[in-house]
Amino acid sequence: MNERFIYLLEKYFENELLPEEKIEFNSLLENDEELKKEFSEQKKVKEVLSKMSLKNPTNEFWDKYWMSTYNRLERGIAWIVISVGAIILFTYAALEAIEQFFADNSAPIIIKIGIATLIVGFVMLLFSLFREKIFNSAKDKYKEIQR
Amino acid sequence: MKQNMKPAYFSALSILGQHDEAMDVSQEAFIRAYNYFDKYDRNKKFFTWYYKILKNLCLNRIRDTKNKRESDLESFSNLLSIESAEETYINEELKNKVSEALLDLKPEEREILILREFENFSYKDIAELLNIPEGSVMSKLFYTRKKLSKKLTSKM
Repeated sequence: MNERFIYLLEKYFENELLPEEKIEFNSLLENDEELKKEFSEQKKVKEVLSKMSLKNPTNEFWDKYWMSTYNRLERGIAWIVISVGAIILFTYAALEAIEQFFADNSAPIIIKIGIATLIVGFVMLLFSLFREKIFNSAKDKYKEIQR
Repeated sequence: MKQNMKPAYFSALSILGQHDEAMDVSQEAFIRAYNYFDKYDRNKKFFTWYYKILKNLCLNRIRDTKNKRESDLESFSNLLSIESAEETYINEELKNKVSEALLDLKPEEREILILREFENFSYKDIAELLNIPEGSVMSKLFYTRKKLSKKLTSKM
């Protein structure tokens, strides 16, 4: 399709045609039956659409909409706070348990070595995951977008 | 942010074609915009930045629910509500046909058409939102209207 015609047509719909463009547009329509047909088709669709609108939800809906957005935001923050609290408590409990376990002279040395190795491996794994996450986060321009 | 609530909801609705999903995704986009507000360039319009987040969330939602949507086509076809400004001229049947034809369009076609025809965004604003030249906006609108016209004719 003639790009110039599309440009003029859109400007026509917006009532933004300059006098010389108006002459050019009319001339295109007069001299080309195909364009005239396109114009008529487009005009008809515009007319049908102009008589319709998207149904606007009630004021009550909009009040609930914003309240619900706040609630979701607050709940997101609440979950973060709960998670941080749980991590602190869990870490404290784990450290206490480990300290008591290693202070217990009756526990076999082989078990102590096994537990110590497990802890070192777990810490290394956490460190590796954390470093990878930081690295990806710094490089990714679209991190705010969910994939 | 509150003043962008309506365009946000309607923009999501234009892409997703479902009331509940439009509400959910547009709210999620506000939460993300709030969380990443430090990334927002104050020299640009907030809505343009927000719209990018919203659109990506909408596209993710379409991808995630694609198979489900195929089977739900019948049920969601009536959820994109259209009301006539002049009830006497536009009957219920025509409204349903237009609604169905709009839902038959691809999400990106429905998006640009609704932004222009129902939300009255200017070509310049649409170009900014979709990150395409104004000429492309005009061209896309033209071909989308043409497609809509064909769909309407086939449904008459």
